[in-house]
Amino acid sequence: MSLLNATQVEGGYGGMNILKGVDMAIDKEDIGVIVGPNGAGKSTMLKAIFGLVEVNGGDIQLRGQSIANLAPNKLVELGMGFIPQEKNIFPSMTVEENLEMGAYIKPQETARMLEKIYGFFPPLKEKRKQPAGELSGGQRQMVAMGRALMTEPTLLLLDEPTAGLSPLYMQEIFDRIVEINKAGVGVLMVEQNAKQALEIATKGFVLASGQNLYTDSGHNLLNDPEVAKSFLGG
Amino acid sequence: MNELVFFINKALISGAVAGSIYAIGAVGVTLVFSIMRFAHFAHADQMTFGALIVFFLTALFPGAGAALGIPTPLLMLPLAMLATSVLAIGIDKAFYKPLREHGVKPIVIVIASLGVTLMLQGIIRLFAGTSSRSLYIEESKAIFRLDLPGDLASRPLVITEPQILLIVFTILAVFGLHLFLNRTRMGKAMRAMSDNPDLARVSGIDTNKVVMVTWVLAGCLAAAAGTFLSLDVSLSPDLSFFLLLPIFAAAIVGGVGHPYGAIAGGFLVGYAETLSVFNWSVLLRPINHWFPEWMEIPRNLSLVGTEYKIVVPFFILVVVLIWRPTGIFKGKVI
Amino acid sequence: MLAKLFDKYPDLPLRELVVAALVLVALLFVFLSQGNAYSLRMLVEAACYAIIALGLTIQWGYGGQFNAGVMGFVALGGFCAMSFSMPVNTEFWNSDLPGRLGQTFLWGLVGIALVVAVSQVHRLGVPKKLRTILTIILALIVWMVFRSLFDPVTSAIESEVDFVGGLGMPAWIGWLMGGLLAGVVGYFIGHICLGLRSDYLAIATLGIAEIIKAFLKNADWLTRGTATVSPLPWPTPGPGELGFIWARSLYLVITAVMIVAIFYLLQKAYNAPWGRMIRAIRDNEISARAMGKNIEKRRLEVFVFGCVLIGIGGGALTSFNGIFDATGYLPLNHTFLVLVMVILGGPGNNLGTILGALLVYIIWVMSEPLALWIMQLFADLGSGAFGWDAPDNLSSRALQARVFVIGLLIVLVLRYAPKGLMPEKLKHIS
Repeated sequence: MSLLNATQVEGGYGGMNILKGVDMAIDKEDIGVIVGPNGAGKSTMLKAIFGLVEVNGGDIQLRGQSIANLAPNKLVELGMGFIPQEKNIFPSMTVEENLEMGAYIKPQETARMLEKIYGFFPPLKEKRKQPAGELSGGQRQMVAMGRALMTEPTLLLLDEPTAGLSPLYMQEIFDRIVEINKAGVGVLMVEQNAKQALEIATKGFVLASGQNLYTDSGHNLLNDPEVAKSFLGG
Repeated sequence: MNELVFFINKALISGAVAGSIYAIGAVGVTLVFSIMRFAHFAHADQMTFGALIVFFLTALFPGAGAALGIPTPLLMLPLAMLATSVLAIGIDKAFYKPLREHGVKPIVIVIASLGVTLMLQGIIRLFAGTSSRSLYIEESKAIFRLDLPGDLASRPLVITEPQILLIVFTILAVFGLHLFLNRTRMGKAMRAMSDNPDLARVSGIDTNKVVMVTWVLAGCLAAAAGTFLSLDVSLSPDLSFFLLLPIFAAAIVGGVGHPYGAIAGGFLVGYAETLSVFNWSVLLRPINHWFPEWMEIPRNLSLVGTEYKIVVPFFILVVVLIWRPTGIFKGKVI
Repeated sequence: MLAKLFDKYPDLPLRELVVAALVLVALLFVFLSQGNAYSLRMLVEAACYAIIALGLTIQWGYGGQFNAGVMGFVALGGFCAMSFSMPVNTEFWNSDLPGRLGQTFLWGLVGIALVVAVSQVHRLGVPKKLRTILTIILALIVWMVFRSLFDPVTSAIESEVDFVGGLGMPAWIGWLMGGLLAGVVGYFIGHICLGLRSDYLAIATLGIAEIIKAFLKNADWLTRGTATVSPLPWPTPGPGELGFIWARSLYLVITAVMIVAIFYLLQKAYNAPWGRMIRAIRDNEISARAMGKNIEKRRLEVFVFGCVLIGIGGGALTSFNGIFDATGYLPLNHTFLVLVMVILGGPGNNLGTILGALLVYIIWVMSEPLALWIMQLFADLGSGAFGWDAPDNLSSRALQARVFVIGLLIVLVLRYAPKGLMPEKLKHIS
């Protein structure tokens, strides 16, 4: 049984289906990467999994239990974490308060998890009393990831974690994602920087017009001439 | 010196009283704004409602306070706070929440809040009539006259019991709010939701609960402000109407969604109002003989007449909207 | 039979016909129960409200702007109608008072010039902070001096000649000037608030309405304040010459012609490129902006145009009432009732707004005796069954019940019929 199993998902905003039957399966060991052209429904799929977009057809299961259209706070309790693409921190709150909000549903775990996150992202410990809005782009991304990891999720969803970051930080973030995955967290992310992302992906999903086009390991997709020609810029 | 005492009584103390009322009101408005993103026009009527509950309870048990040695209305205030909070939550559930879930523009909820204003005014006047009443039913308002030492001044400093209560309450409320927002989990959740509502939802914060707590806070503050104002002056159903503009001016001056800004804005508007209608010629009179003969000090030297008091908050509002729409402290939203 | 009719003519505007029929039935009821003179009066008032409601439907329906201070613009219209149409007060013009008043205003202009001059001293190398402080201090002093010059003149006017009187012009000039004045005030408010959050416009208009009312109420030299000015001349022969029914009918014709003219212009504007642009801005500001539209300017046009119509309607209403009483302008009657007319009739739908205005006004007028009757019924029941003493001020309390109903109506319409009885017709191009 997969950790996450989405079958024939249909959904979108206001009754208009952007997703027209998408399949996706992720295991604990997987780093899944969703790539595809603009408007393919990549972010929409991620949001549909996390209950932010209405699911009108198909099913989404977490460890065999249907989670379609559950509210986000329920999904957090079930062990999912979500990092939105932009606006993924609380800018006027301090770094530490940002992380505390991550553990909102498990207040008794806060102290232990804070130590763990600070160990994982040492720069955050230095800046813990600073408002998160004053940090640099890369550090903000760390705050965002730290916040999502505070509940020790088993599945982490990331919406374009490297958008707008410099190449240096981008590599850093990808390295972190691999580390997180090695610690036993399933990862599913949407990425524009498809090449680099597919290099660390165990599973790649190429979407177009709200449907699966190719599904394979990251390595195979990178080496597939069709995929490379159409979606990875040759 | 008498003139100075007059200035302290009529300007400094009055300004502090008005400022406290506006500050407490503006904090409520700004909290609702920062969580639900709409200007809640019915806030001032929740004040009247709270004061009215205090009035009814005091009329029912007029002697209750004397047993404990405090004014009865003060004893009834917590109950009125509870009632006003329940009312606020009920109004939200019945009228605002369905609209919010419908995804309407914020301005539609503003209009709905004006509808609620009318409903509350209608109900309040239906049951309580339109005349004004004193909250002191069996007790009398204690007035403290502090004589200045020596023969500096023949006039005493005058401050009344409700004014002291109000100022003490304001200080406690500000302090308590600060602790709540910075030290408690729920307070931090409120700040998180005001910072980034979507991320708050994604973090697992129960946004419905935050909304409820916001209404409770707003309701409690509204009931307190209404009660203290009614204690100081008297309870009249028209109370709310004259409060609306100063309170919103205070919230916007301080930066909407910014509780500390609202407090500063409240005192700014309160003092601006009081000092504008204050007759400055009183202060100039002692130095009258320094002026040349031809320069006679007019008898009334106030910036605006009392009948135009409402112009002051509006003027401040307009200046802020032109000069710095985010408010003195940077607010969340323009 | 009806179903057959609609099968045959699928384009028949069913909603419009039903609403119009409702209005007709209500009108018939009023005419039969209250008599012609009363009903005509109500109908003229309803027509004036329809003009005001058209102004608001432009702002709210076309532009998505919420004007919470309709009352203020109505009062401005009323003030102009009074000032321009009242006979000239010869006593005032023959005294030295106009000269003194003019002189004071001249001094005021000098003061403004002085303040403006000082606000520019930073060009001479004075630090900006110092300039700001100097300007504020000077503005305060100029204001105080102006007040000390102005107050004696106005008191003299009040004590010697009652008030400045009117200009003796036809009432319709007053209405147009009222529209103009409302438009000018609307321009300033809109200029400040339209670029900001939509809530701020509501707060600012609410405030300006109260300030306009406070000014008109307290400027006794200009408006006689609480002493009120009456009788205001009509643009048509008054009841004294023609009798109530004919005079009111004639007035009704004038207002009806105005409504038809405004309706025609609005319909044209709505379908013209200007109207399409306005709706594009309301529905999707970002894409309208991306298309390179000048959003701020269009918005300001909508707001000012709406205020002009509200001013004209206010002028017509005040002239018809025959009395200018600043305290008679109430947020409930002149702001919220109009709001109900617009949101119930269908914001953005001109015909819906007009029918909504008629329907709501008829219900409003008729609800007064109805509310009293219901209250009386409850009081009788109460005293009969429980020996409960009814409060003596029943009639004033019955009016408060109407306040409640208006509020309830607003929230219910917003919730269950957000597009009103007659929704704006969106043409889909297939």
